[in-house]
Amino acid sequence: MSLLQIEGLHMAIHGQPILRDVSLSLARGEVLGIIGESGSGKSMTAFSVMRLLPRGAGCLGAVRLDGRDLLQLPERQMNNIRGRMVGMIFQEPMTALNPLKTIGDQVAETVRLHEGLSRRAAWDRARAALARAELPEESFPLTRYPHELSGGQRQRVVIAMAIACRPALLIADEPTTALDVTTQAEILNLLRRLVQEEGCGLMLISHDLAVVASMADRIAIMRAGEVVEQGPTAEILRQMQHPYSRALRAASAHAPERGAVATGETLLNCDGVVRDYALPRGLLAAPQHFRAVDGVSFTIKRGESLGLVGESGCGKSTLTRAILGLEPLQAGRIEISGQPINANGHVDPAIRKHMQVVFQDPYGSFNPRHRVERLICEPFHLWDDPPVGAARDKAIADALEAVGLSVADRHKFPHEFSGGQRQRIAIARALITRPDLIILDEAVSALDVSVRAQVLGLLADLQGRLGLTYLFISHDLSVVRSITDRVLVMKAGKIVEEGETRAVFDAPAHPYTAQLIKAAPRLPEGVGG
Amino acid sequence: MKGLWLGAILVSVFVGAALLSLVWVPYDIIQMNMAQRLQGPSWPHPLGTDHYGRDMLSMIMLGARTSIAVALVAVGIGMGLGVPLGLTAAARRGGWIDEIVMRGNDLIFAFPSLLIAILITAIFGASAVNAIIAIGIFNIPVFARLVRGGALSLWTRDYILAARVAGKGRARISIEHILPNLTNLLIVQGTIQFSLGILAEAGLSYVGLGAQPPVPSWGRMLADTQTMYSIALHLALVPGLSILLTVLGLNLMGDGLRDLLDPRVRRAAR
Repeated sequence: MSLLQIEGLHMAIHGQPILRDVSLSLARGEVLGIIGESGSGKSMTAFSVMRLLPRGAGCLGAVRLDGRDLLQLPERQMNNIRGRMVGMIFQEPMTALNPLKTIGDQVAETVRLHEGLSRRAAWDRARAALARAELPEESFPLTRYPHELSGGQRQRVVIAMAIACRPALLIADEPTTALDVTTQAEILNLLRRLVQEEGCGLMLISHDLAVVASMADRIAIMRAGEVVEQGPTAEILRQMQHPYSRALRAASAHAPERGAVATGETLLNCDGVVRDYALPRGLLAAPQHFRAVDGVSFTIKRGESLGLVGESGCGKSTLTRAILGLEPLQAGRIEISGQPINANGHVDPAIRKHMQVVFQDPYGSFNPRHRVERLICEPFHLWDDPPVGAARDKAIADALEAVGLSVADRHKFPHEFSGGQRQRIAIARALITRPDLIILDEAVSALDVSVRAQVLGLLADLQGRLGLTYLFISHDLSVVRSITDRVLVMKAGKIVEEGETRAVFDAPAHPYTAQLIKAAPRLPEGVGG
Repeated sequence: MKGLWLGAILVSVFVGAALLSLVWVPYDIIQMNMAQRLQGPSWPHPLGTDHYGRDMLSMIMLGARTSIAVALVAVGIGMGLGVPLGLTAAARRGGWIDEIVMRGNDLIFAFPSLLIAILITAIFGASAVNAIIAIGIFNIPVFARLVRGGALSLWTRDYILAARVAGKGRARISIEHILPNLTNLLIVQGTIQFSLGILAEAGLSYVGLGAQPPVPSWGRMLADTQTMYSIALHLALVPGLSILLTVLGLNLMGDGLRDLLDPRVRRAAR
């Protein structure tokens, strides 16, 4: 008999249907991968199992755990199921932990709550659970606080909390989305090992087909609250019968068509760039510095697309801000078209005019109170004689059409658009002054795969038509591989490897690059058609 | 939602009374009428009369005018000076301007407000104008801190970075991008400060530091009739309840507006 059996689950919030006829099953020792884009209902399915639904939600159907229908249980009994029978792992380990409690206390709390153990016994169990989550006490005492750990270590604490009572079912909702690739590989290995050793069932929810393909025994693909396709992983990957599944896979492996590289003169030149941050100093201690960018030198040629890859904290964001003239430099110089970017004070608008930027978060990139036309015209501030009247209307229309939006959208507010459309508006804003260089700072990282494929296609198309130069900053290797000519790999403030994208990916010279490429989840070669 | 409506009704009753008093009051309150003194509520005098035989309803209407005018101007002073200071401090975070503004705020916060009001009136004399200045000064740090805090979190947004990349200066960004996104915060805090201003005005008048006779004021109505409560209870009840209901109304309105305007609270309230 299967461990978890979801039968014909319907769920609606305030009468609006969210899940429709979802039927899934999961056996002990098995990994069920649930894939879907944002809003497909994959998280809501997990929350329905835990009965942690928002107010106004109503369920029909059955959710059987070991034969017991969870939907029929009173809340008090449900509290016993949560944490004891079903453990949950969340996406963002920082917010899933209480910053004021030690990691030992947090893990012990779950045990004490469910098994009524003494404090000492609970701590012993917490110690064991943390060890199972690969945080041995010798290196990570139980008295540590969450802020003393890295992102991956925090996620291990969250996992330890989930497995402390040895639950029969683990639900992991995007457990590695907030983590770097190498950390992601470690956490996925840990989860795989836990399933094998403890024989629990794992429901793994992710937007990333490659992650799920490498982990799951069976896969369910969800769209708009429905399971469109499910079955054993190998079979699903081979067949992909439903058109949506095919589209999803095509988008995951998408590489936009790119024209020939026009390498002109040097556009951007960074030479020995150093950026130090002062650390808080003790009373009598000498001033301390943290070197975020450490002697970085590189050039970008006009018309080129350069990738900058690195994990969080490697200094790539600081470097971006320095190029944009928003950070003072301690040493070195940055030149665009031969003119130095003066980072120590005001940057001349005439120099700023050469570059624009697109940020990661499509929701935070716009002043929510301004209309699209005002938003995308902001860079005109750099011009001495910004266009007015008909000329301005034409500039707005051109920019919106270039990114595939309609001219009528100019009167709308940003909240009226989806994430992908907002990213198009951000690109329109970057384009409107016709800069030479566009810096794309994780510009597609927050987007669903199908939307990401569209935006990447748009970027490639614009580059071909307008002769743009891109600096493409990302932690996502597959994205960098698909859209850049050359790539820089950054680690701890230094560039460790530089070269043609294809050459670097095929034969990495630096061990760190090799490690990054190895850790990145990949779709199995040659599946489907 | 109910709170917001109840608050709005209470506030509009008193604001309406104050506005009406600009053109009409039932009786002239300069005239004493000893024959009619200390009467309870009746048809000719719905709220009774005081120890000089003056109509209490007329006194309350004129007192509402004083209270609302004092509190409104005081909040205006607080916002007018506090908001630019807060914006400047946030734009120059960690710089010397920030230090001066915030330490200045601490200095004002450290003094008991009544003490400063007594100081001001001791130097310049007791009057409604000086009460306004005293209350206004204490509103400055409230708004400066609120705006600085809100602005600091906005300064980290990507759209601020985008504006900086577009070459816009700190002052321009503060006015164009920061301030409009703080209006909700300011409306809510303004309502709360307004109610505190009414309380402060009543308190200052009670100790004789607010509006001077013959300008009526709720605080002084309470003080003047202090010895007569045992023989005519309405003398205390009428101005006391006026203060209470106005402040209650403004607070309900402030909370209601916060629920309505702040998306984080709005979600939780449902």
